[in-house]
Amino acid sequence: METAQSISVTINGTTYERGVEARKLLIHFVRDDLDLTGSHIGCDTGNCGACSLIVDGVLVKSCMMLAVQADGSTIETVEGLAEGDELTTLQQAFSDHHALQCGYCTPGMLMSATALLRANPSPSDDEIKKALQGNICRCTGYWNIFEAVKAASDA
Amino acid sequence: MLLREVGYARPGSLGEAIELLAADDGARALAGGQTLINVMKARAGSPDALVDLNRIDELKGIELAADGTLEIGAMTTYTELVESSEARARRILGEVCAQIADVQVRNRGTIGGNLCTNDPTNHLPPLIAALGAKLTIQGRDGARTIPASEFFLGVYLTAVGPGELLTKITLPAGRNDGFAAVTLGLEGTCLASAAASLNGSVTVALGCVDAVPVVLQPASAGEDEVRAAVRGANLDPPSDVHASAAYRAHLAEVLAVRAVKQAQGG
Repeated sequence: METAQSISVTINGTTYERGVEARKLLIHFVRDDLDLTGSHIGCDTGNCGACSLIVDGVLVKSCMMLAVQADGSTIETVEGLAEGDELTTLQQAFSDHHALQCGYCTPGMLMSATALLRANPSPSDDEIKKALQGNICRCTGYWNIFEAVKAASDA
Repeated sequence: MLLREVGYARPGSLGEAIELLAADDGARALAGGQTLINVMKARAGSPDALVDLNRIDELKGIELAADGTLEIGAMTTYTELVESSEARARRILGEVCAQIADVQVRNRGTIGGNLCTNDPTNHLPPLIAALGAKLTIQGRDGARTIPASEFFLGVYLTAVGPGELLTKITLPAGRNDGFAAVTLGLEGTCLASAAASLNGSVTVALGCVDAVPVVLQPASAGEDEVRAAVRGANLDPPSDVHASAAYRAHLAEVLAVRAVKQAQGG
């Protein structure tokens, strides 16, 4: 079987065609090959969620997916959320509620919360907490993140 | 983490996947990847090649027959099981899948991957053992269907041999099921788990206390009988930093009672 192949992915509206080794994780492809460094690598063990991306509409941890598996996919990263300098409602709510300190987990938190609010614009408190369960923050104690997501929801 | 160099193929059909696996001893099936990719990072496993099952439609989907039998494709994700109206025919399945890890893992992880990994701390091996599931394994020479008692062979070991794939999980109709676990953190890794099914007879399956689910048939669903059945199994669970053997054995008894109580309420 081939150990490398050419793939095509559309990320935030731009289509990229690249040769990639089968062993390369999707997060490494996005950061190192495409220079989209907004998505972070925290633990590299599937626990922290800093590498969360939306692939074909589905929230995934991109350290547990190979880049070759994304061939033909449409991907959203944190860079694609805002329109130019115009923050999304959620991003503005993170700023307003001091939902970040060091900011390392923020790209993943934003992608998880974006996926939640898209599927469920009026989540309950428990649904917000459950939606963020796969994202670890070591600064804020989560409370401000929860408040920000709640403020950005229609609830 | 950079993985060791690995070959990759993404077949579009089950037959093609089985041919690829059968032709290469070093090839492994890649299901949701939520365990295998991390295993490869840690070099705890280094397959020469991966056969990606994610584009094989034959392995996906949930079908509910008129008699209540559920047929679940091995590549059905936890999220699909949680959201499926058909899967509600045996609603414990969706309830337990909703407790596995987190949203991202549930979106990628599959029922087949969970069962074939047969990590003793996984939720689904004891659950499907209690529910009376049958598992269909396909190889070059055809398919065979076996009960859960013949499927789980050891830690990380199942009846799925080289060149074979688990293709579907079949659950008989039933409604009085339960599951209880003590986990590391909310909805984390199981320290001990128990599943119960009271459909006709009483069946309890314990997780985390042996290499494979320990299936018991208490004389009745009464608490004393359930406790007696667990004690009678002479469990010898592993000790680790999270729980001693004695504590796990204690949890197994308590959780068996809780799972049976939930099943009685269903």
